[in-house]
Amino acid sequence: MTVEERRLDGNAIGGLLREIFTMEMTAAQATCAGCGAINAVGRVIVYVDAPGTVVRCPECESVLMRIVHGRGRYWVDMSGTRSLEFAEG
Amino acid sequence: MGFISRGFRGKRRDVASSSRVPPGQYVVTDFPVLSAGPTPRVNLDKWTFTIEGEIDEPKRWTWKELIALPSETVTKDIHCVTKWSKLDTIWKGVSVDKLMDGVDTAAEFTTIFSDGGYTTNLPLDDITGNKAWVVYEFDGQPLPPEHGGPVRFLVPHLYFWKSAKWVRGIRLEKEDHPGFWESNGYNMYGDPWREQRYWGD
Ligand SMILES: [Zn+2]
Repeated sequence: MTVEERRLDGNAIGGLLREIFTMEMTAAQATCAGCGAINAVGRVIVYVDAPGTVVRCPECESVLMRIVHGRGRYWVDMSGTRSLEFAEG
Repeated sequence: MGFISRGFRGKRRDVASSSRVPPGQYVVTDFPVLSAGPTPRVNLDKWTFTIEGEIDEPKRWTWKELIALPSETVTKDIHCVTKWSKLDTIWKGVSVDKLMDGVDTAAEFTTIFSDGGYTTNLPLDDITGNKAWVVYEFDGQPLPPEHGGPVRFLVPHLYFWKSAKWVRGIRLEKEDHPGFWESNGYNMYGDPWREQRYWGD
């Protein structure tokens, strides 16, 4: 399978984000720090075949989140997400 | 694909080769594709490789100039931080020593940069002294885009995320600046023999 065929949508990180935020996050609205586009997390682009999980903006392809999981810890870089809006659990 | 299944994807080698496989790694015979983003479309007519930063004048090669430089074919074992290792991989390219010929620099560190915005940081001593190459052939064939073609970096003694795909240059730096993965959990150095996978390893 090519890299493009392995490109997933944001539902692929639904489980991972539920582990981190302990609530369902695919309906959360993420604002791209690069272009300002607002997309539901379920609609973003996800690359999982990498040392970590890379989440990209569907409009401009810039990185929204990088999530690394190892040694019993998570590292979550959200510098590419200017805002994450979601309803109380 | 879950974490558990990864260990069963490749064939385990016999004991004879175990001295070549770092701790926590298993040997594969295929060549897994890892990507943190879309595969860049590269126009070779406009492609350049640049050495910049702590250098009087940046040095720059076009594609044609790069492939006209004296090349080397090297056979190396590679080790991915996602735990697969691949033995006896054959690459053709230009040694970083050749590119750094005559460069006078106060830099002790480097950032390797790529199309698509990927970066990774390496001490200058780890890419000179016959330890790193800028490669454009794998296994006797032009390097395919999914494996980083037309040109990728190769620094096989460190985890393979340091061998940046779609490489466009080397930035010489006085300080060590973390790259794409090194700034979010992955180790600044990444020695597979010491299992330096994450921060604090
Ligand atoms: Zn964007």
